[in-house]
Amino acid sequence: MRNIDLAIIGGGPAGLAAAISAYDNGIKNIVIFEREDKLGGILNQCIHNGFGLTRFKESLTGPEYANRFIDGVLERIIEVLKETTVLEITKDKLITAINSEDGVFQVEAKAIILAMGCRERSKGALNIAGTRPAGIFSAGTAQKYVNIKGYMPGKKVVILGSGDIGLIMARRMTLEGAEVKAVFELMPYSSGLKRNIAQCLDDFNIPLYLSHTITKIEGKERVTGIVVSEVDENKKPIKGTEKHFDCDTVLFSVGLIPENELSKTASVELSPRSKGAIVDETRETNVSGIFACGNVLQVHDLVDFVSEEAEIAGKSASNYILNGKENSETVSVKEGKNVLYVLPQKLNVNADNTKIFFRVTNTLKDVTIKAESGGEVIFSRKKKVAVPGEMETVLLSKEKISALKGEVVISAEVE
Amino acid sequence: MESYKFICIECPIGCNLTVEKNGEELTVLGNTCKRGEMYAKLEVISPKRVITTIMRTEDGKIIAVKTDKPVSKTKMFEYVEQIKSKRVKSGAKIGDVLIENIEEGANVIATSNPY
Ligand SMILES: Cc1cc2nc3c(=O)[nH]c(=O)nc-3n(C[C@H](O)[C@H](O)[C@H](O)COP(=O)(O)OP(=O)(O)OC[C@H]3O[C@@H](n4cnc5c(N)ncnc54)[C@H](O)[C@@H]3O)c2cc1C
Ligand code: SF4
Repeated sequence: MRNIDLAIIGGGPAGLAAAISAYDNGIKNIVIFEREDKLGGILNQCIHNGFGLTRFKESLTGPEYANRFIDGVLERIIEVLKETTVLEITKDKLITAINSEDGVFQVEAKAIILAMGCRERSKGALNIAGTRPAGIFSAGTAQKYVNIKGYMPGKKVVILGSGDIGLIMARRMTLEGAEVKAVFELMPYSSGLKRNIAQCLDDFNIPLYLSHTITKIEGKERVTGIVVSEVDENKKPIKGTEKHFDCDTVLFSVGLIPENELSKTASVELSPRSKGAIVDETRETNVSGIFACGNVLQVHDLVDFVSEEAEIAGKSASNYILNGKENSETVSVKEGKNVLYVLPQKLNVNADNTKIFFRVTNTLKDVTIKAESGGEVIFSRKKKVAVPGEMETVLLSKEKISALKGEVVISAEVE
Repeated sequence: MESYKFICIECPIGCNLTVEKNGEELTVLGNTCKRGEMYAKLEVISPKRVITTIMRTEDGKIIAVKTDKPVSKTKMFEYVEQIKSKRVKSGAKIGDVLIENIEEGANVIATSNPY
């Protein structure tokens, strides 16, 4: 069996940045496993611009952003196994993979970085009345059809869910000649970025109905129309508010969920809140030598942060391979008031300056973002608005972390 | 005095911008940075957007493209038609200029290799 230093599962932006960072930190014996025939992950289908503003100070398209990292991997001559799917990993870091050339094979690694990304939720599609005619797609699948395969899934479109992928597809399909009739959002706020509401909906006069949901999909073979209703505070449709729309296509954009089937095979402990692995600030999971980064760890809004997180994981994995495991004391980081999840969930007391990422549970106005430990406020910042769609951060300095006596609680409080 | 309100699309923060127009003079409020001020002024005078779409190569492959500068918002549909009606040489690669001056000073460039 082949032995390698570092295995990276997934060749999306997270896997690529992690590989480059590990390489530059002294680990050369790396293999990237990617099940598709090209590197870049989901960015390949995100042909719109707006990527990389934080990192490169310019507005790149998805493939352009990916390409910068693909070039970095190629320059360093890091080994990539394409069209190779990892089937299983164990906590002893034995990897079982399959491809058409070698069949099923195994590789043993000193460290593993999980970078499998996320998939789209399909839950929203389940509770709707009507048969299941053709013409119902997730927004990401539609994006793949239009941008990778080059054909349009329909002509008259409605979109359920105001996530960014749905908004981007509203513009994309409009520009390609489809009529996008409306976007319906169950919540009283949009989960997409404001700029995407402006440039994808407002620019084309596509209405966004907040607190609305689709209650019926009509059509036998192909979708012919839908019925929508307004919903009350408990998200239940309100009788008498039904409206009908003609359409041949329904897109769902109801959120993303980390793809952690493999993590489970390795006994990696997952957080029911973030739906990704529980990690410390080095992005190491509960299984020593297994790290995670990118959308498999937490669903990011911006790929720039994916790259940043992947670099942390890459560096940590190389430290682990070169120096072995450092055993240090840890404290937990917990969710306080109005906080959906925090990441990392553990801090080593000897950690460097650390950014703690978190999301709020609902839209909050005039909030104070706080970190408390042992009854003391160790960080506090005021913010006009915090929304679930945007990741928030708390920065803890090395000094503050080393002085911690117990768990840290992150909260977002409204006066 | 006229006043315009819209969201800045220049970065993910999405500031709420207000532009006050006093004759020829434009005052921008609500922006956090210079980029936002420039965007706001242009949005009032002549709104512009970057177009991203796909083209086909002579051998039937697909290549992702964008305008390398924002182009007139009102002409977006026209430009998309124009871009789609052309075929790209099969050897094209990321970064290549595929259509020159689709609008004064803006080219259509490849943002991916053909696939
Ligand atoms: C449909 C869709 C559209 C999106 N659009 C945007 C957008 O417009 N803007 C934005 O900022 N973000 C967008 N995102 C979020 C985007 O996914 C992240 O910003 C970024 O791509 C995450 O990088 P990643 O490397 O973690 O995951 P991915 O890009 O998903 O890469 C994961 C890679 O792992 C591979 N993989 C998974 N499992 C295995 C396995 N078992 N064996 C081998 N390989 C495996 C996959 O093939 C894939 O290439 C979108 C996400 C989705 C799902
Ligand atoms: S004004 Fe500046 S900070 Fe605000 S959205 Fe525009 S570019 Fe971003």
